Amino acid sequence: MAKHATPLLDQLESGPWPSFVSDLKQQAAKRAKNAEKIDFQIPADVVDDLLGLLELSFVDGVTHWKHGGIVGVFGYGGGVIGRYCDQPEKFPGVAHFHTMRVSQPAGKFYTAEYLRQLCDLWDLRGSGITNMHGSTGDIIFLGTTTPQLEEVFFELTHKFNQDLGGSGSNLRTPADCIGQARCEYACYDTQNLCHTLTNEYQDELHRPAFPYKFKFKFDGCPNCCVASIARADMSFIGTWKDDIKIDQEAVQAYIGGEIAPNANDHNGRDWGKFDIQKEVIKLCPTACMWMEGGKLKIDTRECNRCMHCINVMPRALRIGDDRGLSILAGAKAPILDGAQMGSLLVPFIPAEEPYDEIKEVIESVWDWWMEEGKNRERLGELIKRQGFQKLLEVTGIEPMPQHVKEPRSNPYIFWKEEEVEGGWTRDITEYRKHHQR
Amino acid sequence: MAFISSGYNPDKPMENRITDIGPRKFDEFYPPVIAKNKGKWLYHEVLKPGVLVHVAESGDEIYTVRCGGARLMSTAHIREICDIAEKYCGGHLRFTTRNNIEFLLDKKDKVEPLIKDLESRKFDGGSFKFPVGGTGASITNIVHTQGWIHCHTPATDASGTVKATMDVLFDEFKQHRMPAKLRVSMACCLNMCGAVHCSDIAILGYHRKPPMLDHEYLDKMCEIPLAIAACPTAAIKPSKMDLPGGAKVNSVAVNDSRCMFCGNCYTMCPAMPLADKEGDGVVLMVGGKVSNRISTPKFSKVVVAFLPNEMPRWPEMTKTIRKIVDVYAASANKYERLGEWAERIGWERFFEKCELPFTHHLIDDFRDPAYYTWRQTTQFKF
Ligand code: SF4
Ligand code: SF4
Ligand code: SF4
Ligand code: SF4
Repeated sequence: MAKHATPLLDQLESGPWPSFVSDLKQQAAKRAKNAEKIDFQIPADVVDDLLGLLELSFVDGVTHWKHGGIVGVFGYGGGVIGRYCDQPEKFPGVAHFHTMRVSQPAGKFYTAEYLRQLCDLWDLRGSGITNMHGSTGDIIFLGTTTPQLEEVFFELTHKFNQDLGGSGSNLRTPADCIGQARCEYACYDTQNLCHTLTNEYQDELHRPAFPYKFKFKFDGCPNCCVASIARADMSFIGTWKDDIKIDQEAVQAYIGGEIAPNANDHNGRDWGKFDIQKEVIKLCPTACMWMEGGKLKIDTRECNRCMHCINVMPRALRIGDDRGLSILAGAKAPILDGAQMGSLLVPFIPAEEPYDEIKEVIESVWDWWMEEGKNRERLGELIKRQGFQKLLEVTGIEPMPQHVKEPRSNPYIFWKEEEVEGGWTRDITEYRKHHQR
Repeated sequence: MAFISSGYNPDKPMENRITDIGPRKFDEFYPPVIAKNKGKWLYHEVLKPGVLVHVAESGDEIYTVRCGGARLMSTAHIREICDIAEKYCGGHLRFTTRNNIEFLLDKKDKVEPLIKDLESRKFDGGSFKFPVGGTGASITNIVHTQGWIHCHTPATDASGTVKATMDVLFDEFKQHRMPAKLRVSMACCLNMCGAVHCSDIAILGYHRKPPMLDHEYLDKMCEIPLAIAACPTAAIKPSKMDLPGGAKVNSVAVNDSRCMFCGNCYTMCPAMPLADKEGDGVVLMVGGKVSNRISTPKFSKVVVAFLPNEMPRWPEMTKTIRKIVDVYAASANKYERLGEWAERIGWERFFEKCELPFTHHLIDDFRDPAYYTWRQTTQFKF
């Protein structure tokens, strides 16, 4: 028997899509039965009360969680988010319901063995409810009490060689695409760069010293599967400089209909016979492709590596061999001053261990932001406030046309004194000798 | 319940303390075929919705079976995923950025038995536990935020709106019949801790009433200068208030007409709550994308300024989303993303075809970028 009636939530159990309500109910029933005789360290009916509280929100149309409280583990300024319910008498099981962010492995690969260990820990010391995963990328442990925070952290670090992720005004847990582990489009090893920088910057991740949050995301190619260009203060997007490799025989196989276009992933509908002119050459944004003597040609210097032709014909076209990545800076969601896309800062940088050149760029950006950024000002907003030119100045990167979509359309140029011949100091008396008042 | 110590000693927190070790290293968890062929994959093919094969230079293959799931997941459910991974995949699995589960297999003959098994598992309430799909020109899983299950600032629920929407779009998760991939995202407040501002379709929780002021507690609960500084529109100023009992307290005043309901003040100050049953609801935004394919990445645009929260299934919201999806699917060209299609036909045509009313709320009036969204040409369609 359920502890609370949930008539509104019950209506979310029907329909084909996996129902979180059914899942919560199965967890509540499992804890009530406790066949494994676990000595639960937080209330056994925590999930019942979570369902009851959520039902109340569905009735009231508003949340019943209080503003976060300051809780955490000793020495870390992030990784734990305090949460208290505003109806603790009715729902004592969720009176304290803190979140712990557990730093996910790059690429989100797991073994069943490891996930089960995490489940054992979270069943004993928490609600057993998780997010796989949170929006930033962490494994989210949803709901435990204050005394359990240090215990969970101790077990994670001692038994599982596993740390917490970031929250607050820190480096947030970096995230990457699957990249070279399984994707033929990957121009660098996203997992290795993500893991290396996550470990290199553990201090920045755990101890808030930034004006606001800061995100790194790693996409192996311009398809941007982890949305780095829209979501990360610094986006690392794989790219290449040389020719797209063409297998002319495979091109013919696509033309002849032997291989389905776009890896066969449009096959739910009859789009007609594959037409290379219409589907590839005419859609190329730079018009740098053509057929000549039965062969596909690409003018590499004109290609902007949009990935379209490669996505359509993955068996005929492959990324080039002179690979690295582009760094873009300043992407963010609307809060506070409107949404921003990342702006291209470094068109090309090699992505090889030990990644020193990349770290230099990161650290020069951080130095500037930590010095000049106002409280709760994201990097993108600082770039807007002080100008992209300033970002180039602090990173020592030479301006180039690649940095802009178009040059400025107003001539309001802030010349610096040292840029103007003779400087700005002039003699008005001398001037008056030749120009009457 | 007896307290079980992990070994942590609260009197000596630094004793044996381990910190800054970061996440587990990714390659501990690679299936052998990935460890062997990493960086040497030749091409991939989508065999059918939810099933991928990747072929390496060595000739090795890896089969991926992708299935959807709620990102809010119990350990009971995760244990079931582990059982399946052990039965079919040597214990190997991964999660995608969009909360899908991927089972990784090294042999083709394991694919069909796994799919049969996955599709046969249902929750007691009747929904699928592991629907297979979400690849290619489909509508894959929705990325979303916490909502009423765990956050203090939402203007709507996340898991509920997502479940209701995915039920309505379920056929598209299972098939490849969209003109291009279509990404739906959900964030329950403007904070967008899951960014939705570049999605083909975005559901966004939105407040419409300015903060209430708990004058009696305001000065005790928050740093007034921080709350004032948090407001992007400078709507908040310090003020002295007379309480009903006669006491005078330091508090703030809000210029309601300058408020755009972002909730930043509440983030800084718990004595300024905004949430309200009638005031809160959802905004729908469309036409964003993050990929650089063909056209450059785009922001999503607001096409429905407000829909009320209709618990538990948000019928008007899901109907509107379904309508946009259907019109797009019927009229866009192959490979054309929703935003590219809307730009090609023109937004005036988009509103007409989707039968959406155009109201003054949809014209940008927030600072400089607003001007660039008005029409500075005689080129328009009747
Ligand atoms: S971003 Fe590119 S390399 Fe990474 S998974 Fe997506 S397509 Fe592959
Ligand atoms: S990658 Fe894009 S720009 Fe380059 S040739 Fe292919 S379609 Fe054209
Ligand atoms: S989007 Fe807003 S309300 Fe929703 S979980 Fe994130 S911060 Fe909380
Ligand atoms: S909700 Fe936003 S705009 Fe309104 S008063 Fe608060 S901070 Fe200012």
